[in-house]
Amino acid sequence: MSVKSYRDAINEALLQEMKKDENVVVMGEDVAGGAGTNGEQDAWGGVLGVTKGLLGHYGRERVIDTPITETAILGMASGAALTGLRPVAELMFVDFMGVCFDQILNQTAKFRYMFGGKAVTPVTIRTMYGGGLRAASQHSQCLYPMFTHVPGIKVVVPSCAYDAKGLLIQSIRDDDPVIYMEHKNLYDVTQEVPDESYTIPFGEANFTREGKDITFIGMGQTVGICNKVADKLKSEGKSATVLDLRTLSPLDEDSVLEAAEETGKVVIVDESYPRCNMATDLSALICQESFSSLKAPIKMVTPPHTPVPFSPPLEDLYLPSEEKVYNAAKEIL
Amino acid sequence: MQLSREDLLKAYKGMCEIREFDDAVHYEFAADAMPGFVHLYVGEEASAMGICMHLNEKDTIASTHRGHGHCIAKGCDITDMMKELYGKKDGICGGKGGSMHIADLSKGMLGANGIVGGGPPIVLGAALTYKTKKTGNVSVGFFGDGASNQGSISESMNMATVLQLPAIFVCEDNGYAESTAKEYAVGGSILDRGKAFGLDSHEVDGNDFFAVHDAAKHVIDNARNGKGPALLHIKTSKVYGHFEGDAISYRTKEENEKIKNEEDPLKIFKKKVTESGLLELSQLEKLESDAKEQVKIAVEESKKADFPTEKDLLTDVYIKY
Repeated sequence: MSVKSYRDAINEALLQEMKKDENVVVMGEDVAGGAGTNGEQDAWGGVLGVTKGLLGHYGRERVIDTPITETAILGMASGAALTGLRPVAELMFVDFMGVCFDQILNQTAKFRYMFGGKAVTPVTIRTMYGGGLRAASQHSQCLYPMFTHVPGIKVVVPSCAYDAKGLLIQSIRDDDPVIYMEHKNLYDVTQEVPDESYTIPFGEANFTREGKDITFIGMGQTVGICNKVADKLKSEGKSATVLDLRTLSPLDEDSVLEAAEETGKVVIVDESYPRCNMATDLSALICQESFSSLKAPIKMVTPPHTPVPFSPPLEDLYLPSEEKVYNAAKEIL
Repeated sequence: MQLSREDLLKAYKGMCEIREFDDAVHYEFAADAMPGFVHLYVGEEASAMGICMHLNEKDTIASTHRGHGHCIAKGCDITDMMKELYGKKDGICGGKGGSMHIADLSKGMLGANGIVGGGPPIVLGAALTYKTKKTGNVSVGFFGDGASNQGSISESMNMATVLQLPAIFVCEDNGYAESTAKEYAVGGSILDRGKAFGLDSHEVDGNDFFAVHDAAKHVIDNARNGKGPALLHIKTSKVYGHFEGDAISYRTKEENEKIKNEEDPLKIFKKKVTESGLLELSQLEKLESDAKEQVKIAVEESKKADFPTEKDLLTDVYIKY
């Protein structure tokens, strides 16, 4: 056990899985960096340094720098998975799904069903998402609802370093295609993380706080916001439950309903666009299955229905914040 | 390259099976006996057979929406394919794929594809597996002249060269992307695009089995031996329209007649091997009638077979969820 950042936890998971299984290969744009140059090899180790050092251990045969051609990257990863490798492909920013979504939506996600249950496609697609870095409209989106919408893929959104490692190892070992989403604001967040290898099962949400007055449901970065608001409310004499979904597909519906029923008052915090997102989906689930347990309308804290703005004051206004979540909670407490 | 009598018979047998299969589908579809969208390969048989005869079961191909010929050439079972087209439970994909998604991974058939240009990126991955594991296998990605304009094809050709993958790209150029002529929709030259990406690129007469077979041998042998990827630009023609139900009003009567009478790869093959005395006419006619009978049985069995039931609706999405 040692203190590790979310970034280091992901890096360690990759190193350990590459050591354990020679079929694990990492591919993407600048995952090492420096390919074909006379300068430093492993120059970047991923655009934010997440895959730094893999090259030194496993060489360019297994740490594959690619051209900036996302369709070819994801197609190659899926085809390799279909024929015996266990690739971890990187889609640098999730926003870039716009140029390659067919390979996820119509190919990888559907192989197993279309081919009558015969295809095994153990591919993991790592991708960065989320706002807060002043990266503007094309490098800040969440978009996980769009993947969650598609049958045949699994969607993983770790909220902390411990989960990042255990969920990534599970993703790599999982025989279904997985989109593993890393919130870029979390990379430097640290906590105690085991040095050895471990997995966290999919479809098991995590109660990070247990309380009786109100329930917060978060995913990825918004879990940290929920935890902070829960702690603030505690100092005011109110106890809150916080549920971290961990995986959006599969979704731990039982825990969502249990968390809602515990308090009857629910605040869902979702950084993705408000129409047809996780908040609306969870809200529908709770209303359909546990309507009678509700003591107040469900509150959804999301950005407005706009692209992510660049200007720092605008982006701050756009994103879910502790203040917005606290205010939403106070409205129904 | 001189082919053995056995290989010649195998080639003609495959081409006859493809021809009979898709002719039967043409008839059945017109009779309203078959659901869905179907795209027929009649007229392009020499391409599938000329290439796939160089492949073993561990080599792979990815096909297109016009994929029945590739499937048969790669060894997929004809009756199981026909059952799939009828949406039957015992179809090659359990009735969940249909004509555009026929796959048999045990035969190295990675799937027909309903997305134009969808297959070649997948072929990159298979080729990466072979390169990484040093298996000596190759993967072949088929696409059409229409797909040649998709970014996925350019990306795939580039990636294959960058990583020196044992991948072969086969553009089956039948002159039409749906109802639009290649002359209108393809800027520049498909062959030059392959060259521009650094591929060993060849133009081939796709109606001549022997030309395809020779060109394919050259590029597949090279890919197996680590000499990198290649493009075959195969010029061919299809007898039927883009899909079944297409009245083909964009082609003239004369053109349709020319395709049937002068560009038929089976007729060309038959003429060559009989005139040169390589095979007897009776041997070829026997293969024709055998294929016709085999497909007839496949249709009969498919019609009698059971549909999937409600419990099949929810299976095969995930391995574990």
